[in-house]
Amino acid sequence: MELRVVDQPAGGKPAVVKAQEPAASAAASHRRNPGFPLDLDWVERVRMNRSALERRAATLPARRTVKKDWQAAWLLKAITLMDLTTLNSDDTPGRVERLCAKARHPVRQDILEGLGATELDIKPAAVCVYHSFVKTAVDALKGTGINVAAVSTGFPHGLAPLSTRLAEIEASVADGANEIDIVIERGMVLRGDWQALYDEVRAMRKACGDAHIKTILGTGELATQTNVAKASLVCMLAGADFIKTSTGKEKVNANLQTSLAMVRMIRWFHEETGIEIGYKPAGGIATAKLSLDYMALMKEELGTHWLQPHLFRFGASSLLTDIERQLEHTLTGHYAADYRMPMV
Amino acid sequence: MNKIAEIFTSLDYGPAPESADVALAWLAAHDNTFGHFINGAWTKPGKTFPSENPANGKVLAQVTNGTAADVDAAVKAARAAAKPWAALSGYQRGKYLYAIARLIQKHSRLFAVLETMDNGKPIRESRDVDIPLVIRHFYHHAGWAQHLEREFPDHVPYGVCGQIIPWNFPLLMLAWKIAPALAAGNTVVLKPAEFTSLTALLFAEICEKAHLPKGVVNIVTGEGDTGAAITNHPDIDKIAFTGSTEVGKIIRRATAGTGKGLSLELGGKSPYIVFDDADMDSAIEGLVDAIWFNQGQVCCAGSRLLVQESIEERFLEKLKKRMSTLRVGDPLDKAVDIGALVAPVQVERVKDLVKKGVAEGGQLYEPDIDIPGGGCFLKPTLITGVSTANTVANEEIFGPVLVEMSFRTPEEAVALANNTRYGLAATVWSENLNLALDIAPKLKAGVVWINSTNNFDAAVGFGGYKESGFGREGGKEGMASYLKPKWEKELKPFVAATAKAAKSANPLDDAGGIDQTAKMYIGGKQARPDSGYSRPVYGPTGTLVGEVGDGNRKDIRNAVEAARAALGWATTSAHNRAQILYFLAENLEYRADEFAARIKAQTGEDGAAEVAASVERLFAFAGWADKYDGAVHNPPQRMIATAMVEAIGAMAILAPPSRPLLGSIALIAPALAMGNTVVLVPSEKSPLSMTDFYQVLETSDVPSGVLNIVTGESKVLAKTLAEHDGIDAIWFAGDAETSAMVEKASAGNVKQTWTSRGLYYDLADKAKFEGDYFLRRATQVKNVWIPYGA
Repeated sequence: MELRVVDQPAGGKPAVVKAQEPAASAAASHRRNPGFPLDLDWVERVRMNRSALERRAATLPARRTVKKDWQAAWLLKAITLMDLTTLNSDDTPGRVERLCAKARHPVRQDILEGLGATELDIKPAAVCVYHSFVKTAVDALKGTGINVAAVSTGFPHGLAPLSTRLAEIEASVADGANEIDIVIERGMVLRGDWQALYDEVRAMRKACGDAHIKTILGTGELATQTNVAKASLVCMLAGADFIKTSTGKEKVNANLQTSLAMVRMIRWFHEETGIEIGYKPAGGIATAKLSLDYMALMKEELGTHWLQPHLFRFGASSLLTDIERQLEHTLTGHYAADYRMPMV
Repeated sequence: MNKIAEIFTSLDYGPAPESADVALAWLAAHDNTFGHFINGAWTKPGKTFPSENPANGKVLAQVTNGTAADVDAAVKAARAAAKPWAALSGYQRGKYLYAIARLIQKHSRLFAVLETMDNGKPIRESRDVDIPLVIRHFYHHAGWAQHLEREFPDHVPYGVCGQIIPWNFPLLMLAWKIAPALAAGNTVVLKPAEFTSLTALLFAEICEKAHLPKGVVNIVTGEGDTGAAITNHPDIDKIAFTGSTEVGKIIRRATAGTGKGLSLELGGKSPYIVFDDADMDSAIEGLVDAIWFNQGQVCCAGSRLLVQESIEERFLEKLKKRMSTLRVGDPLDKAVDIGALVAPVQVERVKDLVKKGVAEGGQLYEPDIDIPGGGCFLKPTLITGVSTANTVANEEIFGPVLVEMSFRTPEEAVALANNTRYGLAATVWSENLNLALDIAPKLKAGVVWINSTNNFDAAVGFGGYKESGFGREGGKEGMASYLKPKWEKELKPFVAATAKAAKSANPLDDAGGIDQTAKMYIGGKQARPDSGYSRPVYGPTGTLVGEVGDGNRKDIRNAVEAARAALGWATTSAHNRAQILYFLAENLEYRADEFAARIKAQTGEDGAAEVAASVERLFAFAGWADKYDGAVHNPPQRMIATAMVEAIGAMAILAPPSRPLLGSIALIAPALAMGNTVVLVPSEKSPLSMTDFYQVLETSDVPSGVLNIVTGESKVLAKTLAEHDGIDAIWFAGDAETSAMVEKASAGNVKQTWTSRGLYYDLADKAKFEGDYFLRRATQVKNVWIPYGA
């Protein structure tokens, strides 16, 4: 299949996007998704078998595990793949500032020193907040290189007027957010209105400008894995930089089987376009063990290359403390208590 | 850079070893040397052989090579224990099985680690697949023990069962054998494979802990000779074997004529069919579970990949990519996908076959991955562009080697899938259930997995078609394999009515009246015998009452061809088959007087009663045609397993000498009702009732080829039929010697057999023969697994 970049003038020579060699150097050579025309034939070819996905999801954590130093290294990596998040209706600037402070020092210094990891520049990839706190976060993270992500577009339901949602994106970007987590209208997926979904995401992508766009599918409300996969594809065609599972507010959050459906679409998209799309599971990922399972899933299905912040994120908050405890355990051989870690 | 920093960049997996300490301690506690477990006690180790860890070649223990005397002692113990064990209530036996299940569960990790060390399979599999299935099997059969009398009224256990199991799933195969045998009230003498005896010995300790009465379970270790001593032991009532088709045939021949019950679970070359509308990534993941499960040393491994041509290129590309992320290594490592093959000899065998595959034109692909230097390790291997004529497309490789070919249409997929001597399992991937459920019944295999693979459960029968064996393990079918009707144990020898010796048989004698020529009936047409000879038929007083053709092997050949051409009979609706059988009965009754007279002329017996009984029997099986059917199982996974009752195929039926009409009808009616086509050899002595019968056939809408009648010398025709590869099952009612010959000759393509072994089966007995006795023998169960979920 050959795909034409959307912005190419019609009738002109199509610019075929070639698959890139997996770049050893990370984000620098990453090519942003330019977006592609909506290809409904492709959407119709998508097949996802729920039972088979579940079987793979159930056996994968039993097939892969990391122990000792490997576990420590993977968990340190997990921190760098984190969108440290607070998305509660009672958030205040003070709460967000505390979160940012934790982001600056995600792991107790003595643990880092003990593990010999002080040089690894361990910090989360981003802090993720509501639009109202973008400014607070930007200020609090100045000079750290930690991105600020905003959930815009009427989070978590995504049902505000489109103009309002687009304005929200623009406002967040104006406030300094360099990543925007948008939510799609689940109803469009349930109705199979792929054109509407595509148009909306395209408009949002445009509104984001240089800020990267993560499209939250709300997978727990999409009914079938085939719907999840089709929605993933439509979002990618519309120019998503990341596809993300959940707002954290649906009844069912991220899980491994849905992740499989999504990362396999990322793989397919890459095979066809050469463009690498990021993946962000979110909601309910609270334990170090689970974060390792997700990393193993990414490594197995997409390759080690995908385990980098520009291609993989966890949406999480309490996960960090659990990882910190595990790291201390690796170091000391004692089980650690959460109250001894600076709270998130 | 320190180590953590290095891994932080590489994100390698690193080692994740499961400890061998407890298993080693258990072996050490036995001085790493084992005797047999006979009559509830451990024998002194005799002449031993080493049991090695195939991952590193280290000797784990010395195991005793069982002698004929050891086997004899075990059989004696089992015999002594048989009566009291069978006399226990089902509830009491069930409690023992329950205790065994609990005890294995309590020591599950020890079993898993020991299994992995002895066999080489990854700890993930022994821990997550083998041992949990073992436990489930004992729990499931604890329940069967208790419900036996209700579900199998008037059935009794065989007595002493000899069980011989393979090395690929050592403890699981033990469980599949021992659990149903014990539940049914049998006692057992079991021989584990010589490569993998250790978990069976640990199991023996569990039996001790469960206070199982002594002699109920006896474990005799050893090699092939020990197995042969079990197979040939005269005081064993049933042999259950899982292993190669080659050895299965040897056992079939060895047990021929002995009256031993037999179930065989043999080899396979199972097709794995992927249609173009499959969830391709999932189908590829399924292949990992199909052919790289247990290093491909799985009898039901999906080893023949059939991909629809339209997606072949893309599918193979994806498959190769997936192969490159498989991890081959130390089986005790928790993050290893493929462990060690069981022994160096297997590694060599697999390598030789792969070489052959390449020499014959297949394209070899092996991923660029690391495998350990020492030990029995092989890379996952794919051979593409294979054709049906290649060795690797036909031979069971029993290693991590997948062969691939493409197909164009569903019809071609089925044809390729069935183009094998085997018939154990098949896998079908399609998101269109209409298509998948159309294909499943057409596959000649005992198990069909849709959109999944290698599913097993104690409640769902497992076993093969064709040369993959017969008998089922698991489910109700599996229980039936360890039980027989009580009356079968009380049968008396058949004594032929003493007929007056025929006068010197002048072939030109005639019976007077207008000359009637009874021909054969083949493919819906009357056929003269190929030989051009006729056989005289004499009445009870020695007078000639007619003549029939003297059938020979060419007549059999023609009849079998006709029967195979008519196999579509199995797919006509059961209702239609019933209608035709009713119509047959009606037309037979219409000519009752004529048939009665003919019976009387041949036997001197009351023909009217026999005709009436025959009509009634046809009615009975017409009634059964649409009622003897399957079940829907609910395994613990979110899927259904539908047990479909299917015809066996083309059957040979050799009717008993007595009762010229009913003797044939009683056997062909169940066979036809269930959708088999039949080559019938009627009573050798009194064949005229069945040659008359073809006129009834002609007026009853029986499709041509469904029933073929060849007259002649029973023994001679039986041999040709038993040896014929186009015959799927053979029933012989007659003397013991010919019965033995039939069973022996049937080994060629592992036919299912029923023989009367010179015993008197009173086929007029409705209580015994109007129901499931012959229906069960005329059918085989196929379990189709269907996962669901939107």
